[in-house]
Amino acid sequence: MQSETDVLVVGGGVTGTAIARELSRYRLDVVLVEKAPDVCTGTSKANTALIHAGFNADPEKQKGRLNVRGNELYHERIQHELDVPIEWRGALVVATDESERPKLEELLEKGQRNGVDGLEILEREALLEKEPHLSDDAVAALWAPTAGIVNPFELTVGFANNAVENGATIELEAEVTDITETDDGFTVETAKGDIDAEIVINAAGLYSDEVSAMVGIDDFEITPRRGEYYLYDKQIDIDLDTTIFPVPTEVTKGIVVTPTDEGNLLIGPNAQEIDDKRDKATTRQGLDKVLEGAKKTVPELTKQDVIKEFAGLRPAIKETGDFRIQIETEDPGFINAAGIQSPGLASAPATAELVVDLVEELRGDLEEDPAFDPDYSGPPKVRHMSHEERAALIEEDPRYGQIICRCETVTEGEIRDAINQPVPAQTVNAIKRRVRPGAGRCQGGFCGPRVIEILSEELDIPMTEVKLEEEGSELLTDEVKQPLLEKSREGSEVNADD
Amino acid sequence: MTESRQAVTGDLDAMRREEHDLVVVGGGPAGLGAAQAAYDEGVDDIVILERDFELGGILQQCVHPGFGLEYFEEELTGPEYAQQFIENVAERGVDIRLDTMVLEVTHDRTVYAVNDEDGVTEIDAEKVILAMGCRERTRDALDIPGSRPAGIFTAGTAQRLINMEGKLPGEKAVILGSGDVGLIMARHMHLEGAEVEAVLEIMPYTGGITRNVVQCLEDFDIPLRTQQTITEIHGNDRVEGVTVQEVDEDFEPIPGTEYEIECDTVLLSVGLIPENELSVDAGVELHSVTGGPIVDETRETNVEDIYACGNVLHVHDVVDWVTEESMIAGRSAARSLQDRVETREEPIEIESTGKLRYVVPDRISTVDPDREEIPLYMRVHAPMEDVFVTLSSGGEELTRTFERRAEPGEMVTLNVDSDTLAELPEPRLELDVVQREEA
Repeated sequence: MQSETDVLVVGGGVTGTAIARELSRYRLDVVLVEKAPDVCTGTSKANTALIHAGFNADPEKQKGRLNVRGNELYHERIQHELDVPIEWRGALVVATDESERPKLEELLEKGQRNGVDGLEILEREALLEKEPHLSDDAVAALWAPTAGIVNPFELTVGFANNAVENGATIELEAEVTDITETDDGFTVETAKGDIDAEIVINAAGLYSDEVSAMVGIDDFEITPRRGEYYLYDKQIDIDLDTTIFPVPTEVTKGIVVTPTDEGNLLIGPNAQEIDDKRDKATTRQGLDKVLEGAKKTVPELTKQDVIKEFAGLRPAIKETGDFRIQIETEDPGFINAAGIQSPGLASAPATAELVVDLVEELRGDLEEDPAFDPDYSGPPKVRHMSHEERAALIEEDPRYGQIICRCETVTEGEIRDAINQPVPAQTVNAIKRRVRPGAGRCQGGFCGPRVIEILSEELDIPMTEVKLEEEGSELLTDEVKQPLLEKSREGSEVNADD
Repeated sequence: MTESRQAVTGDLDAMRREEHDLVVVGGGPAGLGAAQAAYDEGVDDIVILERDFELGGILQQCVHPGFGLEYFEEELTGPEYAQQFIENVAERGVDIRLDTMVLEVTHDRTVYAVNDEDGVTEIDAEKVILAMGCRERTRDALDIPGSRPAGIFTAGTAQRLINMEGKLPGEKAVILGSGDVGLIMARHMHLEGAEVEAVLEIMPYTGGITRNVVQCLEDFDIPLRTQQTITEIHGNDRVEGVTVQEVDEDFEPIPGTEYEIECDTVLLSVGLIPENELSVDAGVELHSVTGGPIVDETRETNVEDIYACGNVLHVHDVVDWVTEESMIAGRSAARSLQDRVETREEPIEIESTGKLRYVVPDRISTVDPDREEIPLYMRVHAPMEDVFVTLSSGGEELTRTFERRAEPGEMVTLNVDSDTLAELPEPRLELDVVQREEA
């Protein structure tokens, strides 16, 4: 692994990878280190997958400004550059009682102040025409046409792969254990060895307080705030066109009901502060709250057709309720991009833009790299092709004719492509994030063993070493009969009397 | 849906086009039985489309004995049972395509299939038999809260890993659900060297057949705990344990009954779901209880010339009944191809009442002089002893059959003979189960 670099980014979530990719536009040596075996394993993998319009953002706060700018950048650039599903479905904030109407007006004004385009109040009739599955109690809604849905996995992987294509280095399984100041920068100690960096950017998500404390900046704390979700089968009879919010209260944005880029429905999240940064367990109480909250706007929802429950953790700075993106020390340069809770996904491109400005502040003008290519393409999405297109593709490359995952119709070619990307998929979940085997209704029951086999073959490791996600998540424990052999070797008593 | 941005530049006329008399979707026991029976009835242009690398379906991973007692009158393993039919269809020259996935079946029986050799093939089929089998219900469909670590498998996936990959999914397992696959896997995990802490069942009785309870649990001292369920799964990277609770009559966990079991693996055997996504897209109507198509006695669905049989139709407990049923479908499709089917003026509706969960078929709509009897398959809601299965029409009881035990896990079969059908007071058959003392 590389032992020195101009800029080192800590954390391979959507924020870190967007920063690395934005930095790769310039003649800079960029290394990103991530503790997990893949990018997109923390907050970026479990969220509502929305590009918020920005009407609910506080313009006084960083997250408000970056949300609006981020949304613009997705429209102007990201959707054309990265091979990532983004759909501008728009969002509705639905009032289910006349008493909530003033809040709609307030959001409309706030949104207009923030520069959000196209906002209007829709009355009941227009509303039900747009979304027939809405509650009969709906009286009016704020309509925000610039809100979008995005696939957060493909987005993060797209940023990461494009960064590598443009010369950045991404080191996986390289957890940062310590940072020490040197004469001309920092020495960052990682699980894979030391790296000397002139500038360090901390985008470590839930752990950004701990990374920051390594350089003595310890005046903030990340409080994990858990949000739980239900994901529904694509075949559910409730078709929604738009993202539906209830009217927010002081405490919460409320439970969102939204389509996903693949045609599922997603509901959530609740919000619960917890202590353990690894505790992504769902709870009976939390899930029940999520469903109850979703029924406020879409009453037909039940537990029928749920294909997945999951939870994600927001890395919130409780005291400020805002992002903390700033230069912390100038000499040497340490930049925090911490506290990136919602709307972090919507803000990511703008966060990256801001961080590049901060790097320029530290280093002086950055020189653009003429070789930078912003366009990235992932593997072909065979499931979205017509029969004719599919036939033509298989004629060129037969690997796209062998289906491994039947629920999502994912081919062997796509799975092998995922393993052979610039940022390689090395775990079962890493493949799922990139090309979806196991993301369907049977949740990997059928394709799981086949995916393990392909990984074992491509990575040249035994099947018992194939992991679901992080270290310790190996899926298979032994060869058959192995525990019996071990027991007999230990000379444990076999029932001689039997 | 987002279109893939990558334009395909190849030959957009690369699709193969074929026509066949009969296309069978799925090469498990149901598909094989259907193809064999259709051939024997005189159809020789038959294609079986199988997505796996070999025929036989789930039987290939069921290496335990207990198959064939009814059909072959001897005890075979799953692969042995399958092999008989694989050889039978091979001898008959049926066109078998492996590693071939059906992408779509249309309402007018155009079948689109894909594999790496032929690319996409569009088949114009005279008749289609759906035999896609079923899938297992997942942890998520059950809504069990907790973490999502490695070590949670459906029983069938674990079975495949052990028997086809030679790998153990864990060393210390808790099995949720006492369906047959779960019972078989309890024994299997134990024999492969894993510890099986318990089999948990939310119902007051087991979901599997009695033979499996005895041979898989009792013979190995594996505890079965009824009216208990997992209410939480623990562990960040790998399963570390589960919280178990007793449930009340409404299956709600009883507060205060929680206890923990330490384990590294959770196997789920909590129900099978007929795999009907292709059927639905073709316009096939499904039965609310079975999850499979609504069919008449020939196993034809509401979409003309599309038939269904095996576990895609309703989940069977014994493969022998799958064979029996698939042969009905294959034979019927063949006779219909040869225009040898006479439609009844008025179909005979079949209704299950009271204590029966469902009955297959839904109606009898043809007359067939070569058919001596029609089997009706049904399941009871809850276990019962000393009962009569009664067959009535228009309130008049026609037959009653004694069953010493009737359990949800074991299908009850009743054969109705043609003579009975010829003399019905009304075009209806009513099925019920009554206790002997009530009778």
